[in-house]
Amino acid sequence: MTASKATATQAGTPAVSGYRSLSMPMRYLINAVLVVIFLVVGELMIDGGVVSRYQTGVIEQIGIYIILAVSLNIATGYLGQLPLGHAGFMSVGGYSCAIFIMRMMDTMGVTARDFATGTPAAAGLFVLGIIFGGFCAAICGLIIGVPALRLKGDYLAIITLGFAEIIRVVMQNIDGVLGFTLTGGAKGLTGIPGYTNFLNTFIVVVISLFLIHTMMKSRHGRAILSIRDNEIAAESCGVSTTYYKTLAFVASAFFAGVAGGLYAGCIGVMAPAKFGFMKSIEILVMVVLGGMGSMLGSVISATVLTILPEVLRAVSDYRMVVYAVVLILVMIFRPEGLLGDYDFSTSRLIERIINHGKRPEDFVPVAAAAVEGAASDAKAAAPTATTGGQTETPGKESGKEAHTHE
Amino acid sequence: MTFLTQVLNGLQLGSIYALVALGYTMVYGIILLLNFAHGDIIMVGAYISWIVMSQLGLSPALAIVLSIVGCAGLGVLIDKVAYQPLREAPRMSLLITAIGVSYFLENGAQLVFGADAKVVPEYFDLPNLSVGGVGLSANAIITIVVTAVSTVLLTILVQKTKLGKAMRAVSEDMGAARLMGINVNNTISFTFAVGSALAGIGAVLYSMAYSQATPTMGIMLGTKAFVAAVLGGIGSIPGAVIGGLLVGFAEVFVSAIGLSVWQDAVVFLLLIIVLVVRPTGILGRPMTEKV
Amino acid sequence: MNTNISRRNFVKSGAVAVAGLGLAACGGNSGSGSSSSSSDTIKVGLMGPYTGDVAQYGLACRYGAELYVKQVNDKGGINGKQVELDTQDEKGDATEAVNVYNKLVEDGVVGIIGDVTSTPTIAVAQASVKDNMPCVTPSATAADVISYGKNYFRACITDPYQGKLMADFAADQGYKTVGVIYNQGGDYEQGVADAFTEEAGKKGITVSDSEGYPAGATDFNSQLTNIIATKPDAIFSPNYYQDDGKIVTQARKLGYAGVFMGADGWSNIVGGDEEYASAEDLEGCYYDCSFVAENEDEKVQDFIKAYKDEYNDTPSNFCALGYDATMILLNAIETVEKDGKATYGSDDYKQAVVDAIASGTANGVTGDISYSGTGDPVKSTLIITFKGGAQEVFKTIEGK
Repeated sequence: MTASKATATQAGTPAVSGYRSLSMPMRYLINAVLVVIFLVVGELMIDGGVVSRYQTGVIEQIGIYIILAVSLNIATGYLGQLPLGHAGFMSVGGYSCAIFIMRMMDTMGVTARDFATGTPAAAGLFVLGIIFGGFCAAICGLIIGVPALRLKGDYLAIITLGFAEIIRVVMQNIDGVLGFTLTGGAKGLTGIPGYTNFLNTFIVVVISLFLIHTMMKSRHGRAILSIRDNEIAAESCGVSTTYYKTLAFVASAFFAGVAGGLYAGCIGVMAPAKFGFMKSIEILVMVVLGGMGSMLGSVISATVLTILPEVLRAVSDYRMVVYAVVLILVMIFRPEGLLGDYDFSTSRLIERIINHGKRPEDFVPVAAAAVEGAASDAKAAAPTATTGGQTETPGKESGKEAHTHE
Repeated sequence: MTFLTQVLNGLQLGSIYALVALGYTMVYGIILLLNFAHGDIIMVGAYISWIVMSQLGLSPALAIVLSIVGCAGLGVLIDKVAYQPLREAPRMSLLITAIGVSYFLENGAQLVFGADAKVVPEYFDLPNLSVGGVGLSANAIITIVVTAVSTVLLTILVQKTKLGKAMRAVSEDMGAARLMGINVNNTISFTFAVGSALAGIGAVLYSMAYSQATPTMGIMLGTKAFVAAVLGGIGSIPGAVIGGLLVGFAEVFVSAIGLSVWQDAVVFLLLIIVLVVRPTGILGRPMTEKV
Repeated sequence: MNTNISRRNFVKSGAVAVAGLGLAACGGNSGSGSSSSSSDTIKVGLMGPYTGDVAQYGLACRYGAELYVKQVNDKGGINGKQVELDTQDEKGDATEAVNVYNKLVEDGVVGIIGDVTSTPTIAVAQASVKDNMPCVTPSATAADVISYGKNYFRACITDPYQGKLMADFAADQGYKTVGVIYNQGGDYEQGVADAFTEEAGKKGITVSDSEGYPAGATDFNSQLTNIIATKPDAIFSPNYYQDDGKIVTQARKLGYAGVFMGADGWSNIVGGDEEYASAEDLEGCYYDCSFVAENEDEKVQDFIKAYKDEYNDTPSNFCALGYDATMILLNAIETVEKDGKATYGSDDYKQAVVDAIASGTANGVTGDISYSGTGDPVKSTLIITFKGGAQEVFKTIEGK
C-alpha cells in the first residue's frame, strides 16, 4: 500500500491496481547502468581508434552544446523568458576556467601532458576549473538577473543582449585597464591546454543534466514552472517570484559557464568576438526547434544541429539562410517546437513494456480508496487519480496557457 | 574648436540613430513587436543604392527614391509574410520570428553580395564648408535637417491625418479598433511601410556619411537605435528623437575622451540604467497590467 | 507534472546513440581513417574561411594556391606525381578550424596551407604540434602562431616587423610628429600600432595622439578631430582597407590634407572591385606590402598574367601570399621526394619537409622567402605610394 502511495506522489504514476510499476531506487539503478554502459562503450571506441580524433572532437562539441541548450531551456522553456545573452555566460565561464587552469597549473604541478594521461592532480584541477568557470558565470548571471528580471519580454531580451555585448567589450579591453595580460584582449586567450576529452565531457554532461532534472523535479522547479504559467497567480500563492526567477537565471548561467569551460579546453583558444549575438541565436535556435520546456528536445536538436554542418559541408553556404527560414517556419506553423514540452522517461517506457503495453489509465484506479480510505470520498478522489494519470495533457495545456500570458 | 566639431559629430550620429529609432518606435507602438529586422532593412536600402549607382550607373536621385521605396516595400512584405500569421500568437513567438527574419536578411545578403564592403558612391558632390576655421561637413547639416523635417512630417501624419488616427487607435486597443471598423491589418501594414521608409531615409543618410555597405552593418545600428527608442520612451515620437541624440552624444563623448573602445558598452550601460531607474523611458507612459 | 520532466540519463544515452549514427555518416564522408594515400599523388591540405565574415581573404588565398598547384601539375607534378589539394572551409571560426584540421589529418595530407586569419591559425598551430604536420600560413600575422612548434611557418611578414618598418620609414621621410589611429579590437592592427609607437620613440618621433576605435566602428570623426587638432606631420592608420578608406575620406572632410601611412592591410584599398577612397584623397599616402599589381618585376607580372587568364581578375596581396605559401610547401616536398629517403606520409617524411622548408628559399611573387631559425620569413617589403590616381612602388626594403 505504502509502495503504491509512494509511487503516486513521487513518480506521478498513479496507484492503480494491477499496474506493475518500478520503485524509485530501481529507476535510478536502471538509468545509472545505461549511463555506465554508454560511457564504457564510448571510451573503448575512442581508445581503440574506431572513432577518429575528428569525430571525438565533434562528440565533445555535441556535449558542450547539449549543456548550453538545456541550460538556456531553464530560462526560456521553464521560466518562460527570452534571454539573448547566453553566449556571454559561456564566454565568462570559458575565460575564467581557462585562466584558472592555466595559472594554477604550475602551483599544482600539472603539465599539459598530464591532462592527456589523466593524473589525479590533472583531474582535480579540471574539476576545480570547471566549477570556478561556472561560478564566475553564475555571478554574472546574478548581476545581470537582478535588473533584468524586473523587466518583461522584449525589454528583457534587449537588456540581456546588451549585457552580453558589455561582457564582450570587457573581455576585449580589460587587459588595458588591468595593465597585465589576463584575457589576451582582442586576439583572444591562446595556448589553453587541451583538458577536455570524451570522458570528462560525458561525465560533466551527465551530472549537469542530472542536476537540472532534479532541480526541476523539486519544489523549486515547480515554483519556476508556476512563474512561467502565470506570474501574478504564483506571486499571490506565496511563490517568491524574484527569488525563483533569479535562481533559474543563475542556474542557467552556471551551466552555460560550465559548457564554456569545456569549450575552452576543447578548442584551445577563446576569442571574445565569437561569443556575441550570433552565438546566442545559434543556441536559441536549438532550444526553439527542440521544443521549449523539453529537455529531450534540447538534447536532440543540439546533437543534430552540431552534426549537421559537418555532414552538410557541401551546402554550408546556405546553412545560415536555411536555419533562418526554418526558424520562421517553425514559429508560424509549430511554435512549440519539435517536442513541445514533452519529455521522455526510461522508466515509463519500461513500465509500459512490463505491463504489456497498457498505460496506467487503462486500469481501475484504486488510489482513491488507498489515499482517502472512505467510499464517499472515492468519487471525489477518482477525478484526482485520473487527472494524475493523464500526465501529458495538463502539461500541454499549461504549456499553451503559458504562451498567451505576457 | 574641437569641441564644436565634436558637438556636430554627435548631432550627426544622433540624427541617424533618431531616424532609425523613429521607425522602431512606430512599429513597437502599434503591435508591441521589437522588430529585430529593422536594422537589416537599412542594410538592404544601402545595397539598393549601391546597385543603382555603382552597378547600374543610374542617377543618385533615382537611387534615393528606389532605396526609400524598396525599404518600405520590404517592410510591408516582411509584415505580411512573417508577422501577420502570428497576430494572435504569444509575444515570444513573434520575437523569435523577428530574429529569424533578421538572420535571414543578414545571411542572405552575405550569400548574394559577399562579406566584403561595397562602396556606395557619393550621391552629390558636396563642398566642405568652413566656419571660423572649423571644418563642417555638408553631410552633417543635411542629416540633421532631414531628420528634423522627417520628425515634423511624421508627427503631422500621426496627429492630424485619418490614417494616423487609425494607427493611434490600433496601438491603444486592437480589438476595439477593429470593432470601430478600422482595417487593422492594413493599418499595421501602413505603419510598417512608414517605419521602413524612415529606415530607408536613414540608409541614404548613413551611406552619405559612411559610404560602405556590409551585410552586418544593420545589427549594431539597429540595436543602438532600439536603445535610443527605449531611452526616449518607446511609442513616443519626440522620445525617439531625444533618445537618438542622447545615444549619439554619448558615443561621441566617450570617443572624444579617448575611451572609444568602451563606447558600445557605455551605450548598453546607459540602457540598463534607464531601464532600471525608469523602465518606461524618458517620455514614455507607464503601462499598467491588468490581472 | 512529474513525468513531464525527463529522466535525464536515458535522454543522454539517446543523444549519444543519435550522435553515433550521425558520426557514422560523417565518418563515411571523411574517407579513410589513416594516411593510406596511394603513392602516385601527393595530398596537400588547403584550409581557410570560404564562407562567413572574412571569406574574401580565404577565397583570395585559395585562388592563389590553386593557381600554383595547377601550374605545378601542368609541368608534370612533383617527382612524377600529381599534387592533389584537399580544400576545406573553416567558416572563419576557430572551432571549425580545429575540426577541419583533424579532418585533414585523417584524410592523410602531408602538409597544410593555412589558416588565413590569426585566431583560427593559432588554434590549428596548437593542435598541429603533436602531428608535426608541416604547415605554411599565407597570411596569419600574429606573433604566437609559430611559437608552438617548429612545424609552422608563415609566408607573410609579421605585425611587429611592419610597425617597425613604417616607423623607420617615417623617420627617413623626416616626420617629427605622427598621430596614430587603430582598431583596438583587432590583434593585427593593435600589433602593428604598438610596434610602430615603440620604434617611433626610439627614432625620436613624437606620437602626438594615439586614438583607438572599437571593431566595427564606422564613425571616426571624433578620433580624427582629436588627432588633427595636434597638427601632426603624418597619420599612421595600420588597419584593414575598409576602415582605412573611411578614415582617409572622413579626415579629408574634416580638413586634414597631410600624409597618411599604413601597413599591408591597405592593400586592396583601390585596384580591386571597389575603390574605398578616392584618388585625390589618397594622393601621396604610403603603405607597406609585399605585393602590388603595379610592381614591374617580371616574376610578378607573369603571375598577374597567369592569374588573369585563369580567373579573369587582378590578383590581390592575399592571392599572391597564397601562391607563395603553396610554393614554399611544394618546393620542400619536392626536395624530400627527390631525396627519396623517407616514405611518403611517414613521420620521417613530415620531419624532412619541415627541415626542407626551414632551410630552403622560395622565389615567390611577394619576394624571395627564406627562414633563419624561426617560422618567420626573411623577405623584402615594398613601400607603395599613390600618384596621379595609380599606385606605384616607392621603395624596396630588404629583409634582415
